[in-house]
Amino acid sequence: MTDFTLACPIPITDYPQVLLGHGSGGRLMHHLIESLFAPAFSNPALDERGDGAVLQLGSGRIAMTTDSYVVRPLFFPGGDIGTLAVNGTVNDLAMCGARPLYLSAGFILEEGLPMETLWRVVLSMRQAADAAGVTVVTGDTKVVDRGKGDGIFINTAGIGVIEHDVRLGPASVRPGDVIILNGDLGRHGMAIMAAREGLTFESDIESDCAPLAAPVLALLDARVEVHCLRDLTRGGLASSLVEIATTSGLQIQVRESDIPVREDVRGACEILGLDPMYVANEGRFVAFVAPQDAGRALDILGPEAVAIGEVQEERSGLVTLQSAIGANRIVDMLSGEQLPRIC
Amino acid sequence: MKFIDEYRDAQGARRFAKAIARITTRPWTLMEICGGQTHAIVKYGVDELLPPEITLLHGPGCPVCVTPVELIDKAIEIAGRRDVIFTSFGDMLRVPGTNGDLLAAKARGGDVRIVYSPLDAVEIARQNPNKEVVFFAVGFETTAPANAMAVYQAAQAGIRNFSILVSHVLVPPAIEAILSSPDNRVNGFLAAGHVCAVVGYEEYEPLAKRYGVPFVVTGFEPIDILQGVYMLVRQLEAGRAEVENQYARCVRREGNRHAQQLVSQIFQVVARKWRGIGEIPYSGLGLRDEYIAFDAEHRFGLTDYGVEESSLCLSGEVLRGVKKPTECPAFGLACTPEHPLGATMVSSEGACAAYYRYRRPIIESRPS
Repeated sequence: MTDFTLACPIPITDYPQVLLGHGSGGRLMHHLIESLFAPAFSNPALDERGDGAVLQLGSGRIAMTTDSYVVRPLFFPGGDIGTLAVNGTVNDLAMCGARPLYLSAGFILEEGLPMETLWRVVLSMRQAADAAGVTVVTGDTKVVDRGKGDGIFINTAGIGVIEHDVRLGPASVRPGDVIILNGDLGRHGMAIMAAREGLTFESDIESDCAPLAAPVLALLDARVEVHCLRDLTRGGLASSLVEIATTSGLQIQVRESDIPVREDVRGACEILGLDPMYVANEGRFVAFVAPQDAGRALDILGPEAVAIGEVQEERSGLVTLQSAIGANRIVDMLSGEQLPRIC
Repeated sequence: MKFIDEYRDAQGARRFAKAIARITTRPWTLMEICGGQTHAIVKYGVDELLPPEITLLHGPGCPVCVTPVELIDKAIEIAGRRDVIFTSFGDMLRVPGTNGDLLAAKARGGDVRIVYSPLDAVEIARQNPNKEVVFFAVGFETTAPANAMAVYQAAQAGIRNFSILVSHVLVPPAIEAILSSPDNRVNGFLAAGHVCAVVGYEEYEPLAKRYGVPFVVTGFEPIDILQGVYMLVRQLEAGRAEVENQYARCVRREGNRHAQQLVSQIFQVVARKWRGIGEIPYSGLGLRDEYIAFDAEHRFGLTDYGVEESSLCLSGEVLRGVKKPTECPAFGLACTPEHPLGATMVSSEGACAAYYRYRRPIIESRPS
């Protein structure tokens, strides 16, 4: 048995209370995971720190993951909490290189929620599950007092089977790997922000929410040498790259001018003072691919995919970005949520 | 994107960089006033394109950074009241007061909301007549017109449950404080384009004359800044000290008269304390006596707090352009964005935070 003390490892004086930033995908959340959850639950599967856990089961390998969904508003252009709850978990499995098969669905409902709202969410979960080729095989329902929830919270867990003998993860990343992004950045985060109460700006931005298992499996089926996959949810592209650079110890160089961001998303980000590199996506991922296979990977992922950079020889663990005007700088993880600037 | 991409073009940037190198014969120390410009310089690496003779210093133009600790403490106290909805621009929420920040006040149960405009706060007040709605009115001349408009509209509509916690500061007195300081190193200023869009640049003309220092009103994109530097160096090399306007697509000499009129109808010039610098006479705005009912400090009966700032922190020297962030012994060690000792590490526009975010190897390669 390993030593485990009940003393809280995060100095209480630092954060006596949980802040919203602890769930933002940035530095605070990583601090919470690394210093509170990880020591409590440490084991080989968890210590890999993938989007899901990869487990040996009999002679085969499976991937398992879980995620909770607390989005507001529940319905937004391009999706709703139901599509997110299915695709988010499906995508975490896909990032493990797995074929997603089964999901569980846990609902925490707030007393007074219109039944029709619940029905709409459940219907879109069903449609998203059909589209992603998964089935919801078990579930749970709880209702909390009015005012104690936010309409609907959904938790989904997922299981997928790994049919390829590849080791995906930051440890497999090699110098020279080409970083491929499967499309434009920032649509999901900005669609949510535009629809959120209190922030009134009109836009036609729709969430990029989509299942990613098919493109990932297409890469693996074609025997493209993929070393690492990461979906770009909370914290966006920047946080994912920083995580991979830190874990692998290698330097990652990307080019700002090659990173696609749609005109309307850029405009909204400019107005709010946000950086699209940190805005959440729900249908975007990066693949670290061996250089000789990069061309094939781009062909398979289609015309929206782009190579945005390469892994360097240096062992600095940093992400550097060549800015639009050609100078280099560091890309860092944000400490908490990205907050709109004053001016 | 139109009106943006033209000013972020790599070829254009190189052209200006070459032109600056061609005309520079001596070392010059230039200061950009505005935090937005500091952010753009470090984010795009504008300074890396400049010849070694040119040093850019980062001025006190980040409203988040110069808001004094005691005002943050007052904000936190007000936000903790059960009858209050406290509204603010986003980046004020993470600024540390004596005991935590507004995000922590929110975690303790305070109703703290991010708004994009003070007019949204007036709307919240209209919708919540049983609550006191307070807006944290910080910023330079740029945000003053919208804050004045909020008070004006609330007064017109008879909305009595709205008030603002004011910490407005003005740019020219801060520049004068820097220029008149015995340790001043600044040879020329990039004046902040957005501030000048409101107030114009007539006020800079006597400063340029009195101190023999040139000003160039400058925009916020990399090529704006490079062109601003080019125009400043051209003046310095020719021995001129005039006020020129690089940002003519937004700024007129007289500024925006309507906005100025509204601001002076609601606010009056007062002495203000600047975080890291201290009190500067005639350097801020406060509500006029006729609008005192909209002053949150008055409404909640808050008196002045005496608050000590960290003695390790050199943000005062950084804000006055005497030191670069990396010259502070606490930078990146005792002072990080998660645990800022001073405000320049808090806002993304603060010079220390910008250096930490985009220039970290400088710290890591530094002998400890």
